[in-house]
Amino acid sequence: MTVEHVLIGVALLAGLVGGYLIARSRWGERRSERPQAIHQILLPFTGTAISRRAVDAALRLARAEDATLMPAYMAAVPKSLPLECAIPAEAAKAMPMLEAIEQRATAQGVDVDSRIERGRSYRHALARLLDRERFDRVVVPATAEVGAGLSGDDLVWLLEKAPAEVLILRPGPEDRRFVTANGAQATA
Amino acid sequence: MGAGHHKVFIGMAAGVGKTFRMLQEGHAEQDIGRDLVIGYMEPHKRPETSKLAEGLETVPRRRVTYRDTELEEMDLPALLARAPELALIDELAHTNPPGVEHEKRYEDVRDVLAAGIDVFSTVNVQHLESLNDQVVELTGTRVRETIPDAVLGEADEVVLIDLTPEALIDRLRAGKVYPGESIEAALNNFFTVENLLALREVALRQVAQEVEAKRLVVEEPLGTREERVAAEVPKAVGERLLALVRPQPSSQRLVRRAWRSAQRLGTGLDLLWVKPPNQPIEGEVERQVTALRHLASVLGATFLIEESDHLVEGAARVVRERGITYIMVGESLPRRGLAKLRESLPQRLMRATPPGVDVRIVARRERKEEQ
Repeated sequence: MTVEHVLIGVALLAGLVGGYLIARSRWGERRSERPQAIHQILLPFTGTAISRRAVDAALRLARAEDATLMPAYMAAVPKSLPLECAIPAEAAKAMPMLEAIEQRATAQGVDVDSRIERGRSYRHALARLLDRERFDRVVVPATAEVGAGLSGDDLVWLLEKAPAEVLILRPGPEDRRFVTANGAQATA
Repeated sequence: MGAGHHKVFIGMAAGVGKTFRMLQEGHAEQDIGRDLVIGYMEPHKRPETSKLAEGLETVPRRRVTYRDTELEEMDLPALLARAPELALIDELAHTNPPGVEHEKRYEDVRDVLAAGIDVFSTVNVQHLESLNDQVVELTGTRVRETIPDAVLGEADEVVLIDLTPEALIDRLRAGKVYPGESIEAALNNFFTVENLLALREVALRQVAQEVEAKRLVVEEPLGTREERVAAEVPKAVGERLLALVRPQPSSQRLVRRAWRSAQRLGTGLDLLWVKPPNQPIEGEVERQVTALRHLASVLGATFLIEESDHLVEGAARVVRERGITYIMVGESLPRRGLAKLRESLPQRLMRATPPGVDVRIVARRERKEEQ
């Protein structure tokens, strides 16, 4: 075996190792970009606060089932505006809420995929989202306050129409904790 | 024969004096010996405007019958046959009745310009297509006659005819805008101080953008990077943000951050996905692309997909085309193997984009939580 043979052998080996490392590095990048099939839990809400009990229940479920949580802000667009128009004022309310929920989810190791959905009413927005996305479960906080969030009729409609398991959380008299734009917050 | 020169007089609403100013400038042009005609003018029964049109040649209108109604429209063939140096054409956004050459008057104007005739024209800001929804949101009134923004972009000069809302309302009350019987209705509906303030802001911003776009002419790069940065600084009178996204849920956070920055700067936001040419948009990717498109629509941002094998080259192309001044990128995943030897994405972007473009990295949530 001559020196030339050894050099050729070393060059071939270096080429193979280099090629393997490049391929592995590219495969790693592509793999990181590739989304995976997921189970989803929908957490629809409106306004600037959501029951912390509902958020925590949705997160517990998502963690137990290795599912993605989809917090979705429902925005009602007035009839004087086109349904698909930009809604910066509503978006400004939704953004910090979605951030706060995402922060809690990340702390618990739950994947999040947020949405803002428009409709002529909260129910209409929810119907549009249910049409577009598939969910395994829907977690909804019921509210005792008139005019805030989804009404009793909306919840009945959701139970009848949603192609997923629906979990409605009744607010207890002691349940005064909310997730707001400022994070978790207790109210008197 | 070259294309004619197009000057547009734009205003926040009817009655600010666009037609009046157009006629004044027409007289000035005629006084220095230019051959001009009025191609079409809408006096809106305003005596001052009609009086100012005296002494300027007018191409007679043609009569067009539409649904048993006789309408008077601009006579495009007669105007082209007359071939003046300059034509004054009112109401650029007007929709023509069926049976004439074009559906819209701005298309007539394009023919006139193509014939080498200079044109002065007028338009209100709410007629611009891209602003239509914004104006509806601000005022609750939708106008049906719109023009593509490109018409304004292609104009050689855009002149804003500005008036304070109070002054315009005074003109309206004095009967200088609409006849007596329409004044109260106008005051109670569209012509409120709040509406006019909002429209004035939109008009001022729009013209500022046009001016900026014309200032930011691409020039051959000369000198060192520092010299080029210094040369660009005075031109950076406005910002435009670009968020580099991927069809992944984590991009939503980047978009939220970018949107809030855009709101603070009072500027537009573009979302860009540089898509590898062989990557199909299907399955989960399609779902995430739809989600990003939807979010962009909610926020009033523009979602762009640029096909390129090279992320940096694709992004740099869009940055140059759209006059981007600020790029936001998500934090990359830790690099492994030979990828560690490569320059980071922000550095490659800085190198590939024009001088003066800032790059900001938005941290991954998981990493923030680890700290």
